[in-house]
Amino acid sequence: MTEHTSPIFGNLNWNITPYTDLLDKVTTSTIIGAGAATVLVVGAIGAVALLTWMRWWKPLFRDWLTSADAKKIGIMYIVLALVMLARGVIEGFVMRAHQATALGTLASPESGLVAPDHFAQLFSTHGTIMIFFVAMPLLIGLINFVLPQQLGARDMAFPVLNQVSLGMTAAGAGLIMISLLVGQFGTGGWTMYPPYTGKEYSPGEGVDYWLWAIMISGIGSTLTGLNFAVTIFKKRAPGMHFMRMPLFCWTSLCVAIMLIYAMPALTVSSTMLLLDRYADFHFFTNTAGGNMMNYANIFWMFGHPEVYILILPAFGVFSEISSTFSGKRLYGYTSLVIASMSISVISFTVWLHHFFTMGSSASVNIAFGIATMIIGIPTGVKVYDWMATMWRGRIRITTPIVYLVGFFMLFVIGGLSGIILANPSIDYQVHNSTFLVAHFHNVIIPGVLYGMLAGIHYWFPKAFGFRLSETWGRRTAYLFVGGFLFTFMPLYVLGLMGMPRRSPTFQNPEFMPWMYLAAFGGVLMLAALASLFWTFWTSWRNREQLAVPGGDPWNGATLEWSSPAPAPEWNFPRIPVVTARDDWGAAKRAGDPWKGPDEYVDIEMPANTYFGVILAGAAFILGFAMTWHIWWLAIASLLTMFAALFWRGMKVVEPVIVPAEEVERADKAFREQVAGLTPARRTEEETAQNKGVPDITEFAG
Amino acid sequence: MSNGLYPGLNLGDHETEANEKAEINVFGCWVFLMSDLIIFGILFATYAAYLNPVGLAGGPGPQELFDIKSVAIQTGLLLLGGVAYGGVSLTVKYDGGANKVVLWLVISALLGAGFVFFEVSDFISQAQMGGIPQASGWLSAYWTLVGLHGLHVSVGILWIAAMIAQISTRGLDNTVKVRLSMLGVFWHFLDLIWVGIFSFVFLVPLA
Repeated sequence: MTEHTSPIFGNLNWNITPYTDLLDKVTTSTIIGAGAATVLVVGAIGAVALLTWMRWWKPLFRDWLTSADAKKIGIMYIVLALVMLARGVIEGFVMRAHQATALGTLASPESGLVAPDHFAQLFSTHGTIMIFFVAMPLLIGLINFVLPQQLGARDMAFPVLNQVSLGMTAAGAGLIMISLLVGQFGTGGWTMYPPYTGKEYSPGEGVDYWLWAIMISGIGSTLTGLNFAVTIFKKRAPGMHFMRMPLFCWTSLCVAIMLIYAMPALTVSSTMLLLDRYADFHFFTNTAGGNMMNYANIFWMFGHPEVYILILPAFGVFSEISSTFSGKRLYGYTSLVIASMSISVISFTVWLHHFFTMGSSASVNIAFGIATMIIGIPTGVKVYDWMATMWRGRIRITTPIVYLVGFFMLFVIGGLSGIILANPSIDYQVHNSTFLVAHFHNVIIPGVLYGMLAGIHYWFPKAFGFRLSETWGRRTAYLFVGGFLFTFMPLYVLGLMGMPRRSPTFQNPEFMPWMYLAAFGGVLMLAALASLFWTFWTSWRNREQLAVPGGDPWNGATLEWSSPAPAPEWNFPRIPVVTARDDWGAAKRAGDPWKGPDEYVDIEMPANTYFGVILAGAAFILGFAMTWHIWWLAIASLLTMFAALFWRGMKVVEPVIVPAEEVERADKAFREQVAGLTPARRTEEETAQNKGVPDITEFAG
Repeated sequence: MSNGLYPGLNLGDHETEANEKAEINVFGCWVFLMSDLIIFGILFATYAAYLNPVGLAGGPGPQELFDIKSVAIQTGLLLLGGVAYGGVSLTVKYDGGANKVVLWLVISALLGAGFVFFEVSDFISQAQMGGIPQASGWLSAYWTLVGLHGLHVSVGILWIAAMIAQISTRGLDNTVKVRLSMLGVFWHFLDLIWVGIFSFVFLVPLA
């Protein structure tokens, strides 16, 4: 923050980087800040150098950034999420390491690795990144990749809009990343509650970084929800009526509907805070008729459904993998559908439990407390359904199953601590303590992270044509389970002992053993992260042995396993006609699943376009310019976006036609290859014998 | 209708690919507006929450600021703009030709512009009376809700201009017809929101 505002550079000046802080005063805190900025700079330079060295710029733009293929968009979402995950996990580790060294005295409370303000930025960016730029892109990416293939569709309903959504999310992530280098991030937590984040108490650029990142990526998420919902309603293959859809599609539908209805609330609360900050409005100020509780209400109208937006896709993944790796049909399909829908509805009725302690009447608190407890019922139904699916199944302890079993044990504990918090009188005791931190990590890490990693492991061969290493996959899973236990279980205890959350310091020496345990957990989480990236690397090196060109490595039952691995751009040579729930399984039971279509026709695919890239670039510049009050640049980028929209409207966009002969050639080559491969038995699933053609006599689903 | 396709578009034979695409696009437009409706819904609720002495915070209130005559004129212009868009839809449906479509589009845009003109002059006179959004929480809510609707109408007018440009270069091809249909849904949606604003923002506090 600075007082000299220039018309050209706005509030930007050279005294705002972590390096200037470091030159100003050398402490562990400024060293860590400068180190993080250096990692970002070196990473960016390294990426540019690698792309140049390998001559990948052209393929990057031609095959990826301009692509409207939902599979590629999904993969790009997941790559973005993994990059952000690395930053989020490291930040979490720094916080745990800080608190293990933060025992202060009343006379001098400031101790530990980082300064209090730095700590506040850490928990704010950590929360923002993990929710909006790790969990959301992971699940949206996975849905993008899987959904059209499971529905028997070629692509999303709006492929180019899909590209725009990805671009908006990436622009928001870019703003968060650049805040590491230029200026500071807000210190208001991931929720950025006013009046603290109003202009009066947070005059700097930090809250604006958050606001613009959230607004821009939020628009992307709203459009994604729209795209998913329309795809599911209108693009299902003939014969796939709703009760024949795989469970993952069902949870995607729930997520889509929730995105459509929940994201606007976040847009509104952010816009209002923005108007307060930029134009002196009085929505949430202490003076002139402002009402900060209105922010809490609107924010959590988005925020609570968001929790279930995050978790439902993982529930979809667990439904798929519990059935596949047990060799059994999914138990209680209908009840799982009803439970998913119930969860999405009830999740909109519980938001007030986020501020039980902020002065609502007892009757209001009780109503929301009961609503919160009710949501445990459909969730419990689901857990029992998955366990019943596995009951007497021929279970293979593959990586996704390790995640599922970890989820069973940990998520139930997290759910139970949630029911405890749903009781307003108990909530008054533990609300602002680390008990709460333990609770939500206890549901989100097993519920979202494990689910998404299991899903990535499960569908990875479909995306890249080779399996991930099971050995390293399982090691990663065990490390994430162990890391979670050590990091967060002590926080329950600390919370009950009275350790407040978000506090950079404490004076009670009895906290120390628990702090050390949690910091050790942080080390395990770091190891898990490293092991995750090592899994990708080592699997890539062994891609010859792990290749599964047959495309069905797990003896699956849903449509996506009928295509080659990696799947062709058009997914299916002909749109399948669906006759049963789990149609690919039905084809296996009938005995000849790999029969080709009788005739081939031309396929229309959306043409590549720079539209999304231009909009995303302009949106990023808009956010940056507004954060730093560089008005001319903001106007220029806004005009660029309008111009791009007009240009796109005027253009007649012709689809790309894949001729029938090319489809036929590719499809016949695939079917000949399948016929030439030896089917792998279930016991050979993890060996090089598994070429993606399973022994269908073993299919029991 | 019975085949589930979107009516009134005149895209040629039924059950063609163009019809299926139209159905998806117009449905997508509806879903988007449902999402937009949530934004307006929350702003309505916010307006209601600030319509009390605390929210007014001693600033000017509805009795001093609102000119119901001007609001009535705005209502008339906007709703007539909706009727005029009916001309666009019918002309497309019955193959009335590009010129007639453009004529109806221009009439709709002019009525919309008249609405915006009266609205902006209301805003200016309210600001002169001290009714600026910085004056109180209630005024912040009022300007945001009504201003957002006005912004939507302005975007609608820009969209009409874009469609006229598209008709003049591309002619009435299937894509343009579908976009006209989507614009119609948007344009009528603004009437719907305005009915809410007219009743809830203006009539309720004045009653």
